[in-house]
Amino acid sequence: MKNFPNRRQAVALASFWALGLLGTPSHAATTLSVLVDAGPQTLGAFKALAADFSAKNPGIKVDIETRPGGSEGDNMVKTRLATGEMSDVFLYNAGSLFKALNAKRNLVDLTSEPFQANVVDNFKTVVSEEGRVYGVPIQTAMGGGVLYNKKIYAKLNLQPPKTWAEFQKNNAAIKAAGIPAVIQTYKDTWSSQLFVLADFHNVNAADTGFAERYTANKAKYATSPAALKGFQRLEEVFKAGYLNKDFASAKYEDGLRMLAKGEGAHYPMLTFAIGGISVAYKDFINDVGFFALPGDDAAQNGLTVWMPPGLYIPKSSPHIAEAKKFLAFVASVDGCNAQTRGAGPQGPYMVKGCDLPATVPPAVADLVGYFKPGAKSTPALEYLSPVKGPSLEQITVEVGSGIRKPADGAALYDEDVRKQAMQLGLTGWK
Amino acid sequence: MQAPKPRTQRPVDIDAGIYPTWFLLPAAVIFGVMFLAPMFSSLYFSLTRWTLFESEFIGLDNFVQFFREPFLIKGLANTLMYALVTSALKVVLGIALGVVLTSPIWARDFLRSVVFFPVLVSTVGVGITFTVFMHPQNGIINQALAVWGVEGPAWLTDPRFALLSVALVDVWKGVGLATLIYIAGIVSIPGEYYEAARIEGATWKQQFFLVTLPLSRPATVTIVILSFIGGLRSFDLIWAMTKGGPGFTTDVIASVIYKQYQAGFYGLSTAGNVVLFLLIAVLVVPLYRRLNRTGSIK
Repeated sequence: MKNFPNRRQAVALASFWALGLLGTPSHAATTLSVLVDAGPQTLGAFKALAADFSAKNPGIKVDIETRPGGSEGDNMVKTRLATGEMSDVFLYNAGSLFKALNAKRNLVDLTSEPFQANVVDNFKTVVSEEGRVYGVPIQTAMGGGVLYNKKIYAKLNLQPPKTWAEFQKNNAAIKAAGIPAVIQTYKDTWSSQLFVLADFHNVNAADTGFAERYTANKAKYATSPAALKGFQRLEEVFKAGYLNKDFASAKYEDGLRMLAKGEGAHYPMLTFAIGGISVAYKDFINDVGFFALPGDDAAQNGLTVWMPPGLYIPKSSPHIAEAKKFLAFVASVDGCNAQTRGAGPQGPYMVKGCDLPATVPPAVADLVGYFKPGAKSTPALEYLSPVKGPSLEQITVEVGSGIRKPADGAALYDEDVRKQAMQLGLTGWK
Repeated sequence: MQAPKPRTQRPVDIDAGIYPTWFLLPAAVIFGVMFLAPMFSSLYFSLTRWTLFESEFIGLDNFVQFFREPFLIKGLANTLMYALVTSALKVVLGIALGVVLTSPIWARDFLRSVVFFPVLVSTVGVGITFTVFMHPQNGIINQALAVWGVEGPAWLTDPRFALLSVALVDVWKGVGLATLIYIAGIVSIPGEYYEAARIEGATWKQQFFLVTLPLSRPATVTIVILSFIGGLRSFDLIWAMTKGGPGFTTDVIASVIYKQYQAGFYGLSTAGNVVLFLLIAVLVVPLYRRLNRTGSIK
């Protein structure tokens, strides 16, 4: 105690220090924790968002935490919500996965926040429960379809296909040129689902009302010829020998490399991969284009659209006011601009007034084309129905590598869906 | 005439208790909170539709669903297959290495520690390393085979080989422990037996099959039981290497349950754990009884 002149002063200093931890000193007081997935494009966007937000709000520091993606990440989010240990703001899917979060009990109701006026109405419906809105959009809308290598297309003089028959014709030409026509990366099982999930625009065009009947346990993948096609086509490209040789052991990152460098021609994928390519293979980004997964009818050609994920605030957060400020920033033009700077332009934002820069990579331009007036698009099934079986990725790996027949795989998925519907306690399922 | 009663020590009356009740209380509280309460609550939750946030009682529906699980039979068959293959190979390789490492050979202690080393390494680390080694094109194993002109299979992605490949890695990792137990068993065999055998003119083959093998039976029983139980509840290595794939071809009971948990079907996966608990009990309790009965040399 030699340093302190007297005891009282020491106590005063100690208590001042203790209060400093709990109270609000003049600068950099509140730290807002934000939990996001560890994708390179997500991290890029959030670093830029955090920097711009803190510049405007000097009293609030943003601390970015990461979590794994896929079902491992789902599990972590649910567990942290259930135990009341969620960060102040977190990123999570909209649509059917959001429905499993029990928003009413766990999340802060954002329906009457002024910043909701900036959010596109279509997005609000996929982060709502019982008419209350719980999230704001982060990142951009995505398309499910086929990313293709434009150099290979130019060399072989091919055109982006509008029907499945044209697609197969292109594949045959590419294979004849000695290049793997379709890249698949089944080591990352989630990447195997595109032929089924991105086909929903075509399913809906041929079998209108499928989503509604499917939710009510009246339509099945195995018994609807339109829905079954996705599984059949998965087998078709395998049997024709169009896949890259290492399809069973390749990972998502390998797929990006093969596509960017022209080691393969087509990669069925969500368009967020454009962000991954622009981070990892910047020099090749202009060689990559995009088209929607083609169906049978050229006149019905259109895109299956994925909504961006949402940002949510858990009720357990001690910094709800600051968290709302952050969400308000994300749902503003400045927020969009920060994301574009951090992760590159990737697609249309769900925030009003947000524009993409004049020059965007060709794949993004292709994607934006499907959102223009006159173009056709349909939301993916997971935004129209709460029912989505958890084992689809394993089933599509089996069908896509010739282990299981398409009809058998579709029936197995119907069983998987039944299990999920029962666990959700939906009416009409048993 | 009656023989005089031998003098015995008065036995301690165990039932009356050696310790006062309060002395047992801390242990009882820990046991109750950490073991009994979770066990009974998991029995309850296996009867509910449980979202972690709330639960709804649905009777035996989860058990009905669990037994309808398409991969239950496949998972069960894989589990048994895995347990059998790993425990059999560990016995065969373990005794072979045990014999070698008890013979007077060069650098014996060093070689013993080399064999034991994989036991100490983290299972997930081993899994990830071998996943890289077993890559069909770029993996070191197939590249080595290519030098000899052999085209190696796709170890982990060909459904015919995947489970076996993982089992082989499990054996590589676990054989050190089996060897250690065999070494202990073999060195405890009295040297007189071998001396007598040699005088009778027994070949090394006869010495092995008629002396070493029967007399290290307790070691064999221990290894079989340990690796069989280990194989039944195997999960970490399989998950690190194949995640049950390709598709569902290497799913075992534990990975089926884990995937249900990941999908958010908490009640269902709890029901699966109750079933797994009963299954292991049914298989292992008789084995364990047998071990206790025959564990001593007759």
